[in-house]
Amino acid sequence: MKMSKFFAWLAIAVGVTYFFVPLLGTFEFSLRMRRGEYSLDAYGSVFSDVQFQQTFGFSMLMALFTIAFGMLLVVPTAYWVRLRLPQMRPFVEFVTLMPLVIPAIVIVFGYLRLYNSSSYIPFTGSTFGTNILLVMSYITLSLPYMYRSVDTAMRTIDVRTLTEAAEILGAKWPTILFKCIFPNVMSGVLSGAFITFAIVIGEFTMAALLNRPAFGPYLQLVGANKAYEPSALAIIAFAITWLSMGLIQLVSRFGKLTQSRP
Amino acid sequence: MSTASPFIDRRTIIDWLGIAPFMIFALMFLIVPTLYLVTGAFFNAEGQFTFQNIADLFTPTILSAYWISIKVSLASSLGGALIGFALAWAIVLGGLPSWIRNGLLTFSGVASNFAGVPLAFAFIATLGRTGLVTVFLRDWFGFNLYSTGFNLLSFFGLTITYMFFQIPLMVLILTPALDGLKKEWREASEILGASTWQYWRMIGLPILWPSLLGTSLLLFANAFGAIATAYALTGASLNIVPILLYAQIRGDVLHNPNLGYALALGMIVITGLSNVLYIWLRMRAERWQK
Repeated sequence: MKMSKFFAWLAIAVGVTYFFVPLLGTFEFSLRMRRGEYSLDAYGSVFSDVQFQQTFGFSMLMALFTIAFGMLLVVPTAYWVRLRLPQMRPFVEFVTLMPLVIPAIVIVFGYLRLYNSSSYIPFTGSTFGTNILLVMSYITLSLPYMYRSVDTAMRTIDVRTLTEAAEILGAKWPTILFKCIFPNVMSGVLSGAFITFAIVIGEFTMAALLNRPAFGPYLQLVGANKAYEPSALAIIAFAITWLSMGLIQLVSRFGKLTQSRP
Repeated sequence: MSTASPFIDRRTIIDWLGIAPFMIFALMFLIVPTLYLVTGAFFNAEGQFTFQNIADLFTPTILSAYWISIKVSLASSLGGALIGFALAWAIVLGGLPSWIRNGLLTFSGVASNFAGVPLAFAFIATLGRTGLVTVFLRDWFGFNLYSTGFNLLSFFGLTITYMFFQIPLMVLILTPALDGLKKEWREASEILGASTWQYWRMIGLPILWPSLLGTSLLLFANAFGAIATAYALTGASLNIVPILLYAQIRGDVLHNPNLGYALALGMIVITGLSNVLYIWLRMRAERWQK
């Protein structure tokens, strides 16, 4: 028994070293901008960069649209499949998992060939169209996570009874969906939203190949041209990821509290 | 009257209309674009059916790109699986305090999502030519890491970087599987006189291997399709499949658009196969977790 405890601590020590040294190294490097002393100059330089503000704002906006339209697509579908089309469940689940199988670069390659400016649906012919295509590509990327978190939340409520009760009280379907179903799966919607945010905010492949001024391509550009700013940006990106995951934990804990209420 | 045939039943039509938006979305932004590339791989520029594009994949540059990609994915998934298994074992069966378990699981959730360009920055700042570890080894031990032939912008460097998101993913998927190993099995084997080694060899690992192998396959597909980290780390200098495809989309470096489709098809086949195997193994593994 003592032996196994030793090996357990050893494994943890190796893991902690592997995970913390890069983070420590990045943080230390980000402070080295001023010669001979530690300073936050790199962070100042990042935050005052107009391009940082613009690309970050653009990616935030894209993330918000992705979450809003993604949820409008996923929640009604998950609801409908549970209520009316349980025989379609395996198929819908399979489709939502496909983005994990098909690499992002392949999906965007297909878009570029299918929706170019000389095709029937020329999404990439205009800036606005390309932005729509970018949001759609982000919805596709986050589909596995959004669908799973919403579907898990829906498992804990009785969709059929809720719908019947609302129908008896005379509710039409928009009322049922937005006043009855959405609030009840809010914990799933929120955790799906946060993980989507974490994925979309620094996404590189889609934005770079669709030529949109997003945060991911900006990161790559800074990495190729500057010395200390990339480390500061990596620390900022890590903090954003940590924040998103922290919010998911908070939401799921809150969700459990409200569900256990009698 | 109209209810006689299920196909013209009004209710059935409404039922199917309910998932129409999802179906249209999936067709437009997932299925048709993929099928377009897959079919494109079997046609030449004049629109005639051909296997030439597939045959052209077997040229030295493209083959070596696939080979390096497969090596990096294999090494990072096996390394991730091994270390991830050790960590999951330590927090489930190692008798460590529970705050370590919670801390590691929370951190794994974060680190498994910390990929892409920033991850490359982190490793450049650590193991690059002026990185923390490189400088530390040089100043304190007089050891020049780069004189040993080590280079972050290589197969080994990419593998060690990918493991930063591979290990946490393994921990997250394997912890429930290890939780599912019932204490009774261990006790029963001990009563029958089995040693720890015999318990693992004859009970623990046979139960766990579908989870272990399945998750390794998932990690493999995960690394195979990744591009942002590799691109930010090495630029276009490392010849792996996603980077080659990226260059092909940008500027037709292969001088044959349909060969690009074949390249994409090859990626789908490889990630698809490993995912199908993963799902099959997962179904086997779940029998023991009930």
